[in-house]
Amino acid sequence: MADKRKMFVYGGIIGLIGAILVKFGNPGNMGICIACFWRDITGALGLHRAAVVQYIRPEIIGIIFGSFIVSYLTGDFKVRGGSSPLIRFVLGFFLMIGALVFLGCPLRMLLRIGNGDLNAIVGLLGYVFGIFVGVQFLKKGYTLGRSIEQSKIVGFIFPIFAVVLLIFLIVKPAFILFSEEGPGSMAAPVILSLVLGAVVGIVLQRSRICTAGGFRDAILIKDYHFLWGLIGILVFNLIGNLVLNFGSFKISFEGQPIAHTNHIWNFLGMTLVGLCSVLLGGCPIRQTILASQGDGDAGVTVLGLIAGAAFSHNFGLASSGTGSTTNGQIAVIIGIIAVLIIAYSVVAGAKNRSKAKEVVNNG
Amino acid sequence: MAKIVDARGRSCPEPVIMTKNAIDNNETDLEVLVDTNVAVENITRFVKSKGFNISVEENNGEFKLKINR
Repeated sequence: MADKRKMFVYGGIIGLIGAILVKFGNPGNMGICIACFWRDITGALGLHRAAVVQYIRPEIIGIIFGSFIVSYLTGDFKVRGGSSPLIRFVLGFFLMIGALVFLGCPLRMLLRIGNGDLNAIVGLLGYVFGIFVGVQFLKKGYTLGRSIEQSKIVGFIFPIFAVVLLIFLIVKPAFILFSEEGPGSMAAPVILSLVLGAVVGIVLQRSRICTAGGFRDAILIKDYHFLWGLIGILVFNLIGNLVLNFGSFKISFEGQPIAHTNHIWNFLGMTLVGLCSVLLGGCPIRQTILASQGDGDAGVTVLGLIAGAAFSHNFGLASSGTGSTTNGQIAVIIGIIAVLIIAYSVVAGAKNRSKAKEVVNNG
Repeated sequence: MAKIVDARGRSCPEPVIMTKNAIDNNETDLEVLVDTNVAVENITRFVKSKGFNISVEENNGEFKLKINR
């Protein structure tokens, strides 16, 4: 019980920070959104040219620093890699496409619900459905294989990337793009975002909360440990919004900030996110935390997220407040099929290998 | 003789699933090898909920979990 209460409080900190960052200037219901924030960074680096979503989000820098430092101090920092990096890249790529059709990562989905956005409940149903499908593959022996120890430098790549991003944010060189209007121009003060981002990084590194893990463990092994963290996020975000952002609190489908009402595509977009998250072993924020504590495979996943964000905007896949796009709808269908094929092939391959092993052992 | 489950290098949640599969196969004496703190925590929580005893030995960043009932 004490464990569950701890998870609830850890999640609560994240939920409150979500409300605080909106209060101080982040876009509506977007106190923290890992998909949106990596997408904004992708735009700031010029990898896509959607002028309204380009900003070097200090929260991401803070999350990387927070996770890196606390994992280093506690012994969780371990440099590993080599577990199906290319599959992870592709899963990260499609995950981002699904998230940008829905308009948010699973964490923003919870924060959207916490401010009354009913579309996010449709997204949540899709997310849980995607996780349920992914769990069936886990039960059948899906595995991305072992990771092995890597050179220590691998573990420093993401923290160094964060330092470079921080320099770009402060120096603002001409080749870094900053939105002058739209969501990319709406931001809490840099110091506040950086510090609260670091708190998020520390809390999530220590608690191991993962939005996919919460539902996955509940379905797979009836363990509700992490689910309590997610409930904490939701409850405290709701309270935080009622206190800090009461003017924008509204229970409705229509008129929600940076959201659309295409139920089918909210559902399927998040189905793709849930499926990819389970097959990756973690949601986007968990991947970002892991990439910062030496996990090179999670680092490759984040590069997949960045590539997915770039293509989403370059190919017109990302939704907007007016709705999803035809290109985005096609991409989600292709994504779901591609990911199912990958998962099926991995399971089939693992079965063949274990059969071959039996033959060797018995022969 | 304890059944050995080698889950080193496996990413979340595979170590738990491998442990679960062994338990579902009516193994009551297990030695699970893992190499992350998260895997130790998750497996500990899982086997305790199933009524097993668990002890953890750490050696050079790797963990041997002795699980029995």
